[in-house]
Amino acid sequence: MSDESRLVRVASGQGFWGDDPEAPVRQVEGGPIDYLMLDYLAEVTMSIMQKQRARDPQAGYARDFVPLMERIFPACLERGVRVVTNAGGVNPLGCAEAVADAGRRAGAAGRAKVGLVSGDDLMDRLDELLRDGHELTHMETGAPLSEVRDRVQSANAYIGAAPIVRALELGADVIVTGRSTDTALTYGPLMHEFGWSADDHDRLAAGVVAGHINECGAQSTGGNCMADWWQVPDLAQVGFPIVEVSPDGTFIVTKHEGSGGWVTRASVTEQIVYEMGDPSTYITPDVIADFTSIQLDDRGNHRVHVHGITGRARTDFLKVSIAYSSGWKATGTLTYAWPDAAAKARAADVILRERLQRLGLHFDEIRTELVGWDSTHGTLAGAPPADLPEVQLRIGVRAEQRSTVERFTREIAPLVLTGPPSVTGFAGGRPRVQEIMAYWPALIRREAVEPHLAVDVKEV
Amino acid sequence: MVRIQLVHLAHTRSGDKGDTANVGVIAYDPEHYELLRSQLTPERVKAHFASMVHGGVERFELPNLGALNFLLHGALGGGGTMSLMNDAQGKVFSTALLRMEIEVPADVAEAVRTRGRVPTDWDPRSAGGTE
Repeated sequence: MSDESRLVRVASGQGFWGDDPEAPVRQVEGGPIDYLMLDYLAEVTMSIMQKQRARDPQAGYARDFVPLMERIFPACLERGVRVVTNAGGVNPLGCAEAVADAGRRAGAAGRAKVGLVSGDDLMDRLDELLRDGHELTHMETGAPLSEVRDRVQSANAYIGAAPIVRALELGADVIVTGRSTDTALTYGPLMHEFGWSADDHDRLAAGVVAGHINECGAQSTGGNCMADWWQVPDLAQVGFPIVEVSPDGTFIVTKHEGSGGWVTRASVTEQIVYEMGDPSTYITPDVIADFTSIQLDDRGNHRVHVHGITGRARTDFLKVSIAYSSGWKATGTLTYAWPDAAAKARAADVILRERLQRLGLHFDEIRTELVGWDSTHGTLAGAPPADLPEVQLRIGVRAEQRSTVERFTREIAPLVLTGPPSVTGFAGGRPRVQEIMAYWPALIRREAVEPHLAVDVKEV
Repeated sequence: MVRIQLVHLAHTRSGDKGDTANVGVIAYDPEHYELLRSQLTPERVKAHFASMVHGGVERFELPNLGALNFLLHGALGGGGTMSLMNDAQGKVFSTALLRMEIEVPADVAEAVRTRGRVPTDWDPRSAGGTE
């Protein structure tokens, strides 16, 4: 801590479950880093994992993480790179055990430690919490959770960095958590390295901003970058972000030398505003960061300096991510060709809706979009021109009963022979019926969660 | 004053929080931030989206980044897995705002005329190239 020139490099290796599987390997092997953070969780991910676990008690985490660790374990140990991830999903124990097995297969037995963070999962405690007066009211509607209690599929508190810091203190080389807040995967290691305390609000807030820039992978280094996108170099081997952080909390956003993409004021700003609410009040479990204090200096050569960040004390609450089953849905598509492609698609839509009505089916919603015309800009797209070369009719339905949606899926293909002409693109078969997992965000007093958090670090 | 589309003055990124879409608007040139701030009022943004946004529109200012952040409530057909929209998570919602016409001085309009759109002579094969 006395050395103010010391840098800690936290690299991002995964922006979501399903991101580029080669990216973490490039981060570990492509140059010097100290930590690799991997974010696998989004709002809907926990409920998907909960369903997988219901079918198979061994499942419920980001399984891709296990073969990845087997592949990079030797390089991480050799280079001293420690890995922090929320890949544990709703089964962090199962994930940590699988990672330890992977470590043994990779020759790390006796040379590495795996840390497990658990206790964020509130599913088994839900009734007890409700009984104790935690209403878990919906943050937007104010409705009490009791309204949907019997349909709840998963409930997890977004937890802060303290357990990650503890696991690092205990020497863990790989840390597997459940619903750690995304940014904590970056600022946890910084708290550990620099000894930042819980009331060091400005530095913690800087760590939060660094985490926000890291948490969506290449989305801050030229991927999905709107500004001059056609000039972004070599996205085929895009470099994922790396934050080089100083003890005072200022940091540089960069990427490995020789990698593709770019780090510019524009690319970093686009990521900063992504999924932003009130920028002056970016709430995390450990601090409230003020994004209106962020100063960016583009120093060229893919280095953007970030400084000036302020923060203030955390709230008494943690956010809880709850998913509950809320009916079924399916989406069917057909492609109509010129001439009068849009007119044919609209006619097919009218015919289909009449058939559904004659079948006596009741849907909560039927939505029709023309892909290639209005599915992204809605009414702002205006009326389609008569010479539109082709358009894809996309019809989605939502209903309480699975059988209602099933019946709908059998009405798409027949339109090919029983509806308007010049139609193709139905080879994929019947649309897939999906269960809807609705999202219920709530708050809970932190003392109802934090005493239940556990850290367990074990030799591989 | 001349009317031009926002696409020439700003780049954007959007995301979701439940049924709310967020649209971040970033001035290409920080000098145009005040222009954006005066033209992109929450009322005009709400009017632009009309029936596409069922709830209110909130605006937050980030002068430090030359950016505005809009929250468009009730924009995503219920949001998350509930939504039947192709763009259920609002990933490209912000591009619909780029269509909005705003009033700018003639010299600004001339200066940004080709900004924000791919050059007509651009070759997609260059996307694989190096710097």
